[in-house]
Amino acid sequence: MAETIVFIIFAAVALVGAIGMVTASNSVYSAMGLLTTMFSLAVMYLLLDAPFVAVVQVIIYAGAVMTLFLFVIMMIGVDKSDAYGAQLPIQRAMTAVVAAGFFAAVALAGRAVWVTGSSAFGRPNLYGSAEAVADEIFGTWTVVFLSIVMLLTIAAIGTIALAYFHLGSTEEEASR
Amino acid sequence: MSLTVTWFLLLGAALFSIGVAGVLIRRNALVMFMSIELMLNAVTLTFVAVSKDLGLIEGQVAAVFVMVVAAAEVTIGLAIIVAVFRTRSSANVDELAEMKG
Amino acid sequence: MTDLLWLVVALPLLGAVINLLFGKRIGEPISGWLAFGFVAISWAIAVPATLSFVTGSGHTETIYLFSWIPAIGVDAAILWDPLSALMTMIVTGIGSLIHLYSIGYMRGDERYPRFFAFMNLFIASMMILVLAANYAVMFVGWELVGLSSYLLISFWFTKPSAAAAGKKAFIVNRIGDWGFIVALMIIFISFGTFDFHTVFASAPTAITVGTATAITLLLFVGAAGKSAQLPLHIWLPDAMEGPTPVSALIHAATMVTAGVFMIARSAVLFEMAPVAGAIVAVVGTATALLAALIAISQTDIKKVLAYSTISQLGYMVLGVGVGAYTAGIFHLTTHAFFKALLFLGAGSVIHAMADEQDMRKMGGLRKNMPITFITMGAAWLAISGIFPFSGFWSKDEILAATFAKGGGFILLWGVGLLVALLTAFYMTRLFVMTFLGKPRWSGDVQPHESPATMTIPLVVLGFFTVSVGLINTPVRLAFEHFLESSFEGVAHIEALTFGSFSILATVALVVAVVGIAWAWPKYNTDELPAEDGKFWQRSLLAFGVDEIYGRTIVAPGKKASEWAADSMDPKVIDGAAHGIGRGISGFGSVLGKMQTGQVRGYAGVLAVAGAILIIVFVVVGGGF
Repeated sequence: MAETIVFIIFAAVALVGAIGMVTASNSVYSAMGLLTTMFSLAVMYLLLDAPFVAVVQVIIYAGAVMTLFLFVIMMIGVDKSDAYGAQLPIQRAMTAVVAAGFFAAVALAGRAVWVTGSSAFGRPNLYGSAEAVADEIFGTWTVVFLSIVMLLTIAAIGTIALAYFHLGSTEEEASR
Repeated sequence: MSLTVTWFLLLGAALFSIGVAGVLIRRNALVMFMSIELMLNAVTLTFVAVSKDLGLIEGQVAAVFVMVVAAAEVTIGLAIIVAVFRTRSSANVDELAEMKG
Repeated sequence: MTDLLWLVVALPLLGAVINLLFGKRIGEPISGWLAFGFVAISWAIAVPATLSFVTGSGHTETIYLFSWIPAIGVDAAILWDPLSALMTMIVTGIGSLIHLYSIGYMRGDERYPRFFAFMNLFIASMMILVLAANYAVMFVGWELVGLSSYLLISFWFTKPSAAAAGKKAFIVNRIGDWGFIVALMIIFISFGTFDFHTVFASAPTAITVGTATAITLLLFVGAAGKSAQLPLHIWLPDAMEGPTPVSALIHAATMVTAGVFMIARSAVLFEMAPVAGAIVAVVGTATALLAALIAISQTDIKKVLAYSTISQLGYMVLGVGVGAYTAGIFHLTTHAFFKALLFLGAGSVIHAMADEQDMRKMGGLRKNMPITFITMGAAWLAISGIFPFSGFWSKDEILAATFAKGGGFILLWGVGLLVALLTAFYMTRLFVMTFLGKPRWSGDVQPHESPATMTIPLVVLGFFTVSVGLINTPVRLAFEHFLESSFEGVAHIEALTFGSFSILATVALVVAVVGIAWAWPKYNTDELPAEDGKFWQRSLLAFGVDEIYGRTIVAPGKKASEWAADSMDPKVIDGAAHGIGRGISGFGSVLGKMQTGQVRGYAGVLAVAGAILIIVFVVVGGGF
């Protein structure tokens, strides 16, 4: 019962944060909304007995990714010209329809495929400790892990390249 | 009323749809990007919930991998946004239409 | 001892690489000595392992090197048994002597290091072929041999005829390779493996006689390509365009022996298919006869030797065809020695005559070139089959085995004897025209004996030419004993009694002597006899086999390619390509209109499409 209450509270917080992110006219508020949602999701992971994923969620998303977002917002300045209110009403309505339709489709699919009326979680003894997850990653999924390592390296190099070679810059500038 | 996996899946679906709406409605590349992150988060939540439901740790492994890929994606994406901003002084995607056919 | 055997392949390969990369810097003649050294060391490594078979302490073993194609279980492995040991000895032994000879022969060639790189590659490829423990690795060696022969035959590629000869050898070999490849496919389908050991062990139970016949006939197509059997013999005479040491290497130690070796290696399969064996024997005999008839009239000293090689290969193929594998391999061994000697001797003569190859312009060289004269004399007697030189023993054994098979094979034996007569005739013709009689060369040529690097191999080979036959006389079958374990499970031909063997040998000897006696007075005259009859003219043109191929295969092929180039390509192919291009660009300009450049538009389409897809999946999956 206590779990259900926690879920309801943090689900509400997550939804509010998400809607706030989409509707805020100031992108700093958007970032704050996303941050709220991410923290709530970390709580969800705890509810789901996945503490390792929860910790990673806080460290990577709330820590690294959001910091990066805020940093970039500060760098390029807050652009209010594209506030939510500046949209045409017809666009808003269309978007609402598409999003609602999407939600309906996903929920429908979920109802059809996943929600078969199981009362509680099927096997409650799963506990995603760091050790358990690590066993899996470095046991079964080593190759995937290595590919991800590769991907991260490539991303780092790509970022440096993007930062160093200006878009639209000339050759001489690039070779400088 | 006990907690079932359905609740989490519905929450994930809702967050994902909000993310879709965000991508469609906002012109600011940064906020669009945040919306994409939100969608990724929703999927991660689905992964973890299903992992719990089926009693398989693989869902959590997938969640971790999604996060790592998302982190890589964020660095590149933000770098691109910064690079675009430096040449265009704007992060408004509607102004970036050079690829118009 | 066998641990180091991989070096036998690796060292020549290393030599080839070194000479290819640094040859220019190493320079002449050190690069030659280097190449010679690598082959000689290979030989030295293989000697103790071979001797262990002679003393009886050695045993057949498969040396695993590394896993090559794990998916179908093919390993790179060495099969070390008496047969491969013997071939290793021949290839590296004679090979190194030819390298030594080449150091002198190729002096002053501007691509000297390149030549030795190719020679080393040739030896390495041949060793891969010989030492392979399965058909897949053998095929690699097989193809590499084809490649290196191409490189060496057209070594002087600036000469159009040399370039054409290399191409011809390569293409004709490809026809043979086709047969080999198809045979390999059938083998893999039938046995699920390429491994010699498994294939031969399970062959009697795993495949029917029909399958065995198909496999062996296709293998023989491959062997005919490499060993220059009818009708694929045409590349070998043209291969004379290469430098003479290359000819020696191709004819004696490598390349042409590959086909015979492959048949001997597959003895178990051939044993299962008597029909294929008979066909092999007939083709071998026919090749021997045709080549001997051509060799009679040739005036180019190397051409005579080339056709005599084809003829002798015919003998070997006859031997393995009738199931006398030991005899076939024995003839291969003795032939390797005396044919290497003949070629190197001929090279020495050509060298001395300032690159003159026409025997009609030689004569009387015995005084000028005593060492070449004596060693060539030994080779001449050996190939003619004179007692007790090596050729006598090995040729006799094949003929005796053919005779012993009885039935229609007696006819083949008769043809074999005729070939022996012709062989004695044309070799005497060659020998007498070159070394005896009066000098017929023009005054400005100063024939001289060749340098030591060239004569030492001659002397060594001469020694073996005389003596090597004695290892397998009817009295003392050491050679047969040595090879016994390689042909395990292959039925023995019942040995002839000593008496009937002696009679057959005497007949063969008499025939050889008649051949010599017939040719000797004819050519040992001041005036060369006129050779202008109809037979001579046709023979000189190799009975027009090349021309027939030219008319029936090459010319239509050329027509077809011209049609393809002039009509097919511009109209159909180009038309199709342009049409597709225009179609796509038209379609693209239509599609381009859809590209508004509005990212959010794209995202909206994506979201709608995603939602539709999900609904479709749910409906199709029976969610409602």
